[in-house]
Amino acid sequence: MASIPYIPEYSGVETYLNTKHTVLSWLLTEDHKRIAILYMISITVLFAIGGTAAVIMRLQLLTPHSNLVEAETYNKLFTLHGIVMVFFFLVPSIPTTLGNFLVPLMIGARDLAFPRINLFSWYLYIAGASLAITCLILGGVDTGWTFYTPYSSSFSNTHVVLAITGVFIAGFSSIFTGLNFIVTIHKMRCPGMTWFRLPLFIWAMYATSIIFVLATPVLAITLALVGLERILGVGIFDPNLGGDPILFQHLFWFYSHPAVYIMILPGLGVISELVTCYSRKAPFGYAFIAMASLAIAILGFLVWAHHMFIAGISIYGGLVFSVLSFLVAIPSAIKVFNWTATLYKGSIQLDTPMLYALGFIGLFTVGGLTGLFLATLGIDMHVHDTYFVIAHFHYIMVGGAVMAYMGGLHFWWPKMTGKLYPEMWGRIAAVILFIGFNLTFFPQFLLGYLGMPRRYYAYAPEFQVYNVMSTAGASILAIGYLLPLGYLLWSLRWGKTAGPNPFHAAGLEWTTASPPPPDNFDETPIAGEPYNYHEMDFSDV
Amino acid sequence: MDTTFRLFPREASQLASQVDHLVLFLVAVSVFFSVLIFGALTYFAIRYRRRSPDERPEQIHGSTLLEITWTVIPLMLTMVMFAWGAKVFVTAHRPPDDAMEIFVIGKQWMWKIQHPEGRREINTLHLPLGQPVKLTLTSQDVIHDFSIPAFRVKQDVVPGMYTNEWFVPTRIGEYHLFCDQYCGAKHAEMAGTVVVCTPADYQRWLAGDLTAEPPAVAGKKLFALYGCNTCHGQYGPTLAGLYGTPVQVIDQHGNRRTVIADEAYLRESILYPDVKLVTGYPNRMPSFKSTLSEEQLLDLVQYIKSLTGAAETAPYKGPLLGPATQPSGAELRIENSPFANYRTNQ
Repeated sequence: MASIPYIPEYSGVETYLNTKHTVLSWLLTEDHKRIAILYMISITVLFAIGGTAAVIMRLQLLTPHSNLVEAETYNKLFTLHGIVMVFFFLVPSIPTTLGNFLVPLMIGARDLAFPRINLFSWYLYIAGASLAITCLILGGVDTGWTFYTPYSSSFSNTHVVLAITGVFIAGFSSIFTGLNFIVTIHKMRCPGMTWFRLPLFIWAMYATSIIFVLATPVLAITLALVGLERILGVGIFDPNLGGDPILFQHLFWFYSHPAVYIMILPGLGVISELVTCYSRKAPFGYAFIAMASLAIAILGFLVWAHHMFIAGISIYGGLVFSVLSFLVAIPSAIKVFNWTATLYKGSIQLDTPMLYALGFIGLFTVGGLTGLFLATLGIDMHVHDTYFVIAHFHYIMVGGAVMAYMGGLHFWWPKMTGKLYPEMWGRIAAVILFIGFNLTFFPQFLLGYLGMPRRYYAYAPEFQVYNVMSTAGASILAIGYLLPLGYLLWSLRWGKTAGPNPFHAAGLEWTTASPPPPDNFDETPIAGEPYNYHEMDFSDV
Repeated sequence: MDTTFRLFPREASQLASQVDHLVLFLVAVSVFFSVLIFGALTYFAIRYRRRSPDERPEQIHGSTLLEITWTVIPLMLTMVMFAWGAKVFVTAHRPPDDAMEIFVIGKQWMWKIQHPEGRREINTLHLPLGQPVKLTLTSQDVIHDFSIPAFRVKQDVVPGMYTNEWFVPTRIGEYHLFCDQYCGAKHAEMAGTVVVCTPADYQRWLAGDLTAEPPAVAGKKLFALYGCNTCHGQYGPTLAGLYGTPVQVIDQHGNRRTVIADEAYLRESILYPDVKLVTGYPNRMPSFKSTLSEEQLLDLVQYIKSLTGAAETAPYKGPLLGPATQPSGAELRIENSPFANYRTNQ
C-alpha cells in the first residue's frame, strides 16, 4: 500500500497524522480529525471547480455582448457555480472541516458520538459530488441551482435528474453530520463543561445541526418530487399536468432559506472565537451571542416566502413574511454589536485570523443591512432577481461564510498540522481578499438598482462600467484565494513547529498537543470557565 | 433609448419616486450603522492595540442595558422600514378602477402584448403618458417575470394563472423591459422596450393596424365558433353579468363553496369545467384545455367580462366562422432581437 507523501514528521510523538501512513488508513479512518482533513481536501477541489465557473462568467460579462461562451453554456456555468458552491462547498464547509475537527476537541471528547456514521457521511458527500461532476462532464444542467419548476421538470433538456440525485445524496451527508453533532454535544461533554461554558463555536454548530436535521429532508422530498414529475410525468408542479409551480418554490425555500443560516451560523461561531483570542477578552454578552444563534436557527424557518414576494403569492402573505424577515435580522445585529463591544478595552493584535474576523464583521454588516432592502416589500419589487440580490447574498456567503472559513482555517491550521503559516503572507492574502471582494461585489448593488437582471449572458451597454469593475475585482479575488493555497501547503513542509498553543488562545483544543494525539487528550480534561483570558499566562510570548 | 451611465435609473412612473424615497431612507440608516460599526472597529483596533506581549486586559462580561438598547432600536427602525415598504407595496398592488387593461403573454422567449383596442405587438409595449395601466399577465410555458426598471415594478408571469401589475407612466421616452425570472436558453434575449408616448401618439399608433380586433370581439367569435352559446344561457348557467359576482359551486372534492367569478375562475372553468361546477348544473361541458391558446382564453374571458345584460347571451344567429383564427402572435416575428435594439440605440 502506498504511503501518503508530505505528512510532517514529528519525532517520537504519536499524532493523528503519523499514527498510520497507508492510504487505506485514511479512507477507512474513524478519527474525526482525519475525516475533517478528508473533507477539507474534497471541498477545496469542489471550490476550485465552482470558482473556475465564476471566472469564466466574469470574463463573459466583461463586455455587453461577448462571444466567449454561448447563452446555453453560460446558463450551465451559473448553474454549476450555484450547485457546487452552495451544496458542495458552503453548506459542508465549516461544519465538516473545522466542526468535525473541533467539536470533540472543544468539549473534551475523544471523538464524535458516531465515528462510523461520520465516515459514511463523507462517502455520501463524495458520491453526491461525483454525480454532480459526472453531470458536468456529460454536458451539465441549465436550471439554475434553484431548479425552478416547470422549467426543471418539464422543459429543460439537460441532465436535471443526475444533478438533483447528487444534491439529494449530499443532503443525507448533512443530515448525518447534524445528527452526530447534536448527540455529541448533548452526551459527550467532559466534566465541568456545562451548557453555558460551551465555546460559542459549539453553540453555533449546535444551532446549525438543528437546521441540518430539520430542513434538509424537505429539500430531499422536493427534489424527489421534481424527479418524479420529470421521469414519470406525475403532475405536482407543472400546471399542464395539473400541478402548481409556486408550490415548488414554497418547498424549495423552506429548505433553502434555513440553508442560508446553515452557511452563515458556523461562520458566526468562528468569528466569536477569533475576536476573543485576538483581543484577549471574554466575549461581551456571551449568553446573548449564544442565544442569538438559536434564535436565528428558529426564526430562519419562518421567513422562506421572502424569496417569493413577486412570485404570485397573495399580498397578505407578503406582509407576514416581510415582518418576520425583519425580525430575523435582529439577532444578527446583536452579534455584530457584541463582537464590536468585545474589542473595547481589549488587547488587540491584528494577526491574519483577526484581519479575517474584522473583515467579516464589516462585510457581514453590509450584507445584513442590504438584506433589509430585500425584506422591504416596496424595494424588493424593484430589485428582486437583479444583481442587487447577487451582491447581497455574496456579501453574506463569500464576505461572510468564506471569510470566516479562511479566518478559522488560519487560526486552527497550527492545531491541525502542527505547523505555523508565514504570518506576513497571511496578512497580505487577507487584505487582497478584502479588497478584491469589495471591488467584485459592491458595484453589483448599483448594477442591480439600475435594473440589470441576474442570469443574463449579455446585457445593455449602460451596465458595462460596473461589470468591468466587477470582473477586475474577481481577478484580484482569485489571487487572494491562490495565495493561501500556496503558503499553507508550503508550511506543511517548511513551516515552523507550532507547539500546543501558539496564539495563547483559551479553549480545551489548545491544551493538547499540535497536532493532537489520535485520542485527542492523554487524560480526560476538566473544563473551567470558557474564555478565561484573565487567568492565562502570557509571560512566555 | 437613453444609455448614459448613471447611478439611479430614470424615474418614469408614479411609483418610481416612492420606491426611491424609501430606498434613500434605508441607505441613510445603513450608512449610519456602517459608519458606527466600521468606525468603532477601526478606533478600537488602534486605540486598544497590543502594546506589550504579556498585556492582560481588564475583562468586561456584558451589559444588559446595552443589549436591550441595541435590540430595541434596530427593532423599531426595521418596523418603520416594514410599514413604509408595505404601504408602497400595497399601493402598487391596488390598481384604480379606471386603469386601462393590457394583456401580456410570456413564452420562451418573447413577450406577446395585446391592447384593449386589439392591436398586438411583440417585445415592445406602447403606453400613453399619464394613463393608469393594469397589466394582466400569464405564461404559456415556464415562469417569466415582467420587469420595467424605470417604473420600479416587476411581477412573475406564471403558467396556469393570471398575475397583475399596474403603473402610471409619467415620463415620455423609451425604457428597458426585461424578463427577470430565468426561463431557459435565451432568457437574456427576452427583453424589449417600453415606449411611453403622448395619448395622441398612442391613438395614432393604435390606429396603425386596421385589422386589429378588440379581445372581446375576438372572444365573441370564439364563443360562437366553439358553440358555447348552444348551452350557456339555455341549459347551461348564464354568463351575462357573471363577472365579479359570487357563484355557488361544488368543487372536485364534492364540497359546496362560494367563489367570486374573477378572471382566474373564468379561465379555470373553461379549461377544467368540473373543478368548480356551478350548483344545480350537470357536468356536461367538455374541457377546452387542448383546444384554446392563452390568447384565445384571454379573448374569451374578455368577452365574458363584457357581457352585462341578458340580451348579449342570446343565441348567436350569425354565420359560423371557418377555421379558427389563430392568435396573431404565431404569425408575428421578432424583427429585431433586443440586442439589435441595444446596438442601434447606442
